[in-house]
Formats: sequence, C-alpha cells, structure tokens
Amino acid sequence: MADFTLQVNGSEKKVSVSPETPLLWVLRDTLELTGTKFGCGAGLCGACTVHVEGAAIRSCSTPVSQVAGKSITTIEGLGMKGLHVLQQAWIAEEVPQCGYCQTGQIMTAAALLAKTPNPSEEQITQAMNGNLCRCGTYERIRKAIRRAVAAGGAR
Amino acid sequence: MSPLSRREFVAAGVAAGAGLVVGFYLPHERHGGKVFSPNAYLRITPDNKITIVVARSEMGQGVRTALPMILAEELEADWKQIEIEQAGASTLYGDQTTGGSASVRTTWDPMRKAGAAAREMLISAAALTWAVPRSACAAEGGSIVHAASKRRLNYGELVEKAATLPIPTDVPLKQSKDYKIVGQRLARVDTPAKVKGEAVFGIDFRMPGMKFAVLSRCPTIGGKVVSFDDAESKKVSGVSYVGKVGDAAVAVVAESVWGAMEGRRLLNVNWDEGPNKDLNTAAVMESLKQAAAKKGASLYSVGDVSKAAGRRISAEYHLPFMAHAPMEPGNCTAHYQGATCELWAPTQVPQDCRDSVAQAVGLDPDQVKVNVTLMGGGFGRRLEHDYAVEAALVSKAISAPVKVIWTREDDMRFSTYRPASLHQLSAVLDGAGWPVAFTHRIIAPSISGQKGQAGPNGIDPDLPDEAAFVYGLPNVSLEYVLAETAVPLGWMRSVYALQAGFASESFIDELAAVAGKDPLEYRLHMLAKDLDIPYFTSTWHTARMRGVLQLAAEKAGWGKPLPAGRYRGIACFGCFSSYMAEVVEISMENDAPRVHRVVAAVDCGQVVNPGIVEQQIPGGVVYGLSNALRAKITIEKGRVVQGNFDDYAPLRMNETPVVEVYAVPSTEAPTGIGEPSVPPLAPALCNAIYAATQKRIRALPILS
Repeated sequence: MADFTLQVNGSEKKVSVSPETPLLWVLRDTLELTGTKFGCGAGLCGACTVHVEGAAIRSCSTPVSQVAGKSITTIEGLGMKGLHVLQQAWIAEEVPQCGYCQTGQIMTAAALLAKTPNPSEEQITQAMNGNLCRCGTYERIRKAIRRAVAAGGAR
Repeated sequence: MSPLSRREFVAAGVAAGAGLVVGFYLPHERHGGKVFSPNAYLRITPDNKITIVVARSEMGQGVRTALPMILAEELEADWKQIEIEQAGASTLYGDQTTGGSASVRTTWDPMRKAGAAAREMLISAAALTWAVPRSACAAEGGSIVHAASKRRLNYGELVEKAATLPIPTDVPLKQSKDYKIVGQRLARVDTPAKVKGEAVFGIDFRMPGMKFAVLSRCPTIGGKVVSFDDAESKKVSGVSYVGKVGDAAVAVVAESVWGAMEGRRLLNVNWDEGPNKDLNTAAVMESLKQAAAKKGASLYSVGDVSKAAGRRISAEYHLPFMAHAPMEPGNCTAHYQGATCELWAPTQVPQDCRDSVAQAVGLDPDQVKVNVTLMGGGFGRRLEHDYAVEAALVSKAISAPVKVIWTREDDMRFSTYRPASLHQLSAVLDGAGWPVAFTHRIIAPSISGQKGQAGPNGIDPDLPDEAAFVYGLPNVSLEYVLAETAVPLGWMRSVYALQAGFASESFIDELAAVAGKDPLEYRLHMLAKDLDIPYFTSTWHTARMRGVLQLAAEKAGWGKPLPAGRYRGIACFGCFSSYMAEVVEISMENDAPRVHRVVAAVDCGQVVNPGIVEQQIPGGVVYGLSNALRAKITIEKGRVVQGNFDDYAPLRMNETPVVEVYAVPSTEAPTGIGEPSVPPLAPALCNAIYAATQKRIRALPILS
C-alpha cells in the first residue's frame, strides 16, 4: 500500500492503495466514480477511457502510480459547467442503447475534439476505433461527433 | 408467506377473476395518502404524478420507454407526466423473462388494457364528481374534460374517487388512427443518465459494507475443484476470504475488485479436469456429422419432398459456437441475511434468479428479493443466472453483502454459447429452374434440451419461432436432428434464426444462381401468391415477406448499376413474428469483404417508437456482421480458447457500414424488433460475396 494524491475532476483526492492498482479501480472502488466502466481489463475496448493531462488513456491498464499528481478527468468531470457539447450531441442523436460503453466513447471523442476541433471522417474513425460498442451505435457516434463539431466543438 | 407475497397472491386472484390482465391490485392506500392503482402497472397520486411500472429488463432495447408509451397511450396521459419504475421479480406480471424479442409483443395487450381500464375509471370518477353522463366526458392529455361546461379535472384530482370504483372488465381500446403517443419518435427516458455517467448498471451498484469477489472457475468444461492453496492470495491487502463455491469454483473476496483479482491471480487450485478434458472443436463438428446420419424430428412438412421430380441440388452449411460478449461483464450483488436474501442483478430473468438463489441458499422464493438494474447489454447472456447464484452463495459464506464480478476472460470462457450447427439442404428445381421442393435438415445441439426442457420430439421449444420457411412451395420439409454436446449452450441474439437463416437464405441464392435467375426475382417468384402459412402457433403471410423484400430492394436500388467493384447481396427471413429483408453492398479488399451499406426493411406491425426501431435494426445488423465476419468460439483440451476482444474481435467503427432502415407502415399488432435484423445479414453478405467472386461461403465465420 502507498499513498497517492490525485487531481480528479479539479479536486485533490488522497488514496491509499497498492501502487500497481489500475486507475480504473481507484476511480470506481475508492473514489466511487462509477461512470468509468470496466469492459476488458486489457486496453482493448475503451470503456474505461479517461483523460490524463487532456489525453485519452485506458484507465484499466494504467497503474495509479503513473498518474499521481497529474490532472485526471472522468465523465463525471467532463461536464462540470453543464453538459459538454458532446454529451448534448449524444442526447440529440439518441446514441446510447445499453449505454455501457458510451461514457468511454464520449471521453475519447472529447480528447479528439480538444486536439482536432474539426476532424475528418478518417480522423474520427482513427480516434474512435479503439472503443467497442456491442450495441453497434458507431454510426450515431459519428453523427454525434459531427453535430458537436458543428455546434462549436470542444468548449 | 410474507405480507408482500400474500397481497400479490390476492391481487393475482382478483386479476384472474376480472378477466383482464394478471396482476391487478386492489385499490389501496400507499405512501401515506390516497393512490389510484387499478393494476400493478400503474399508480397515480393526488399530486398528479403518474408512475408506470416496467416489468421487463432494460438492456438497451428501449423497454423502459416503449412499454410505458403503450400504457400512456390508452390512459390518454401527458407523456411528460410519466415516471418510470423498474419492477423486480414479482408474481404480478406473469413471466418477466426479457428475451425472444417479446417485450412489446407480449405486453401490448396487457399494457393497453391496463391504461384503458384506468382511463375509463377516471372518466367515471369525473362524471360522478360533476353529476353528468359519462358519455359527455372525455380523457385528454392527462385530464378528463366536460366539453359542454368546459370543466376539466386532472388525473391527480380524480384519484380519490377513481380508487373507490370497480375495475371494468371489458374496456374499449383506441383505434390506431387516434394514437398520439404510440408511433411517435419519443426520446428514450434513459439517455441523459447514460451520457452523464450517472446510470447505475449492475456493476455500479454499491451498498455499505459491500465486498467484492471474483471466482476462479475450472478451466475445463465439467471439471471440479480438488483442493486449493490460498496462502499467497491471503497476503494480498484486503483479501478477507477464499472459499469454494459449488464444486467447480473458488471465490476470492476482498475490499476492492482489484484486490480480489490479485488474490485470484495468486490462488493455486488443483483441478479435476473431468470428463471433457480432451474435447475439442473438431470432435464437436464430427459429432454433428455423425448425428446427421440419424433420422430427425419433423419440424414442418408440406407435400412430399421425396416425390418431387426435377433437378436435385444439395449443399451443407456449418456454423461455429459464438459468445454474446456484452460490454458489461457478468456481475451481481447479493446480501444474504439468514431469513432473506436481496439481489441487485443485471438480469433478463429476475424470476429465475429468485428461484435458483432460493434453492441455492435454502430459502423460499418469497424470501428472495430481486432488484433489476440496468444492463450493459444482454444479447441472451443474462438469460442465465449463474452470476446471481454465485453472489448469493458467497454472501452467505461471508455473512456480508458482496458483488461478484466476472472479468472479460471469465465472460468469454465460462459463457453459454450459441450452438454450433450443421445444415443439410436440398431442393428440386423444375425445368424452368424454379424450386418445387425444399428440404432443410438442422443438425444441432438443443439449448433447452441441455437445460432439461427438451420439448416435444426433442425439438427445442425455441426452434419453431426461429426456423420458419416463409415461401409458398408445394413441397417443404424442415427437420431437426438432435446432436449432444458437453459445451454449455445459451440463447444468443436471434438464437437459431441466425443458423437457420444463414443456411436457408444462402442456399436459395445458390438455387437462383443454378437457375440463372436474379436472386430477388427468384425469391419474389416463391412469394408471388398470397398465402397464409400456418406454422406452429402462428401464421406467416407471403404478402408481408414480399413487402419487405420489395421495399429493401427498391430503397437499395436493386438491379440498378453499381460503381465498379461494388456488389450486392439480398436475403430475407422471418422470426419473432417479424419480417425482415436486407440488401448488403460490398467491395472486396484483399479477399475480404468490406461492407459499405446495408438497406434493411422490416414489417414489425405497429411501430411503437420509430426511434427505437431505428436503433435496434442497425444494432442487429452490426451484431450480425460481427457474427458473420469473425465470431468463433473454439474448444481445445476441454477449454474455451478465446479470452478477450483480441481473439474474439467484434466490429469496430472502421468496419461499420451505413445502415438504412425502412419499416412497412402497419396497424397489425406489434412483433419482435430486437433480433429479426440479425439473421438476414450473414446470408445477404455471403450472397454479395458470391456476386463479387463466384465463391460460395458455406461456413461462418467468413474470415476464419
């Protein structure tokens, strides 16, 4: 066990966990931020995507020791000032079916738009291809990203 | 009998007598005030809040929106007033199993009647209040109005009086032309919480004092625990318990999921590998071939296929085992407390969870309370209830609430799989190349049979709904041959329709090719006459199948020239009482198909919410495309080989086609929508590959 100070959604959180614990489980079990999902535990599905220093990472495969002191944003913090433009677009396009993967999808899309405010179709595909959806909502995800871009992209 | 179940029992008895739907409550007081609850699906309180209870499970298919819409329509409610409540396992709603694309089609009548009965009672209450004839009053947008005097009372204001009135036994139902809610593209009620990360799936449920558990399960099918050494496991911080669960698993309990996973990683189990330690996929396929030599049970027969004269064509098709792989891995939270056990389960079968848990922990079913959570996909995997029994047993062992979590590898390796199958097809063509006889022998293990419900003549009771032949030929024989397997079997989205549809619709394309005819024209010829085809308890109509074929073909531009390198394939299939046709447009890249566009046409009767239909059909198409391209579970040395999304790789965005959805306008009763779009995809795709390459694909997956 070791003590870590994390910057999560703008606040400082102290946790005492073993250093190799994946960030995913610290977020879900220790900090009770359950919007970040467990899908594969191997960085293959993207359900656990969060931002570390603005970049999308797989929290299931990132030991907490690697992110100590860094700025972490989860789905709960994405829309701190109201719904993020992508969340609004996701609602407008009625993207979710089961919805389980969608928080990870939105976090990946948010990182994309933050870096590439007007992505090409190919850039959207490349960015989103690591995120699985068994309900098959991919085309609506694409539409929602386009809608968010049209509405001003990343705030 | 607990007070709750006693009330449910009385209420269910009243319902039977009333001749309406199951589960009519007696009017009663609740929440410390008056409430109008003429049936188990509905409560209206004096503050004009209308709560509609959903007795099926939400796994993404939209039942929490669609089912209340049906009731609200007849109630003449204002949709904005409606609050949704999820029912747990109950005796009030009949069979609560969520599967078989059945939620809308089987609750269509009960939900309509429940809403209509309440509406009529509210009208009566208003008429009595105003001392005017009932006929002068009408329900409108959540109020009863008396047009002559322009008086209006909202439903909340009528609660007290309505609750004293008798429940009508015969209520008029609305005409579809008067629908205001059914047929509207209303936003799903569960969307905002899902995009904010606030939706509580089974895996997200928390309670004070809750522990986490993961199980080490015997890697070989049918094997058992001999002994285990937990010395290293118990050194992991937070690990508090290690113990056997049943004969074939050891649970590791910890304060966190990660702790439990680490504890399991360090656990040493000595396994008795059991009777299947040498089983492999090749042996399963061989057993299907051997079973094919047996005479099967007739599933359906018209005319006499053996007497038809002409050119005989035959072919064999194969399909592998497949896994559902929903995004949310298996899990369940249980809290056993001696005389009760409460579950929070992402489940398609709350009542099975209740009954099996009761048996496993030694309680009566009414001592087990099952709360149904949101599910991160189901696709049939959660028609099992292994996760619930495990959680209850672990909770009992540790005397604390516990959440059992499956990892992705657990989900992949300890699932119940879509049965592998072999299909022998033959047909007789007349001089012009049209079929006059069609035979389809389905050789497969029985899902229900393996679970102890073999059905008449050994035919899985599920099979009829999923293996119809909706063409008007004079001689047809559908036969089912049972093949046994030790591989655990389960119902996976569209169940046997995937296998039956792939084999049947691919073979029809073969026949069209042999006859030198266009595949669409060939099918339409077999559907040319308006026939009602009685099939088990239902009747299929060739005209409706013709309708979806023509609609899909027209929208896809069938017969019109394509850009160079593009090819089309078509297929249609009927299952879960719906009719579906799909046209798939592809190009070939490095010997692999790239699907660009899928045009799907459905006749599912009255559409309750077009927005949900437009989600479910592309969802089924993508699921079907995943199945067709790569889905394959193999067995080596009694173990499932695949473990995660690298070696069992579902479709991603880069392979996803544009899917266009068209529904035939209809006022027939609604039929299934969650599954019917899955079966036509694989044959339509393989038929397109044939158009491109002249190569016939007779085994899935395509990219094996």
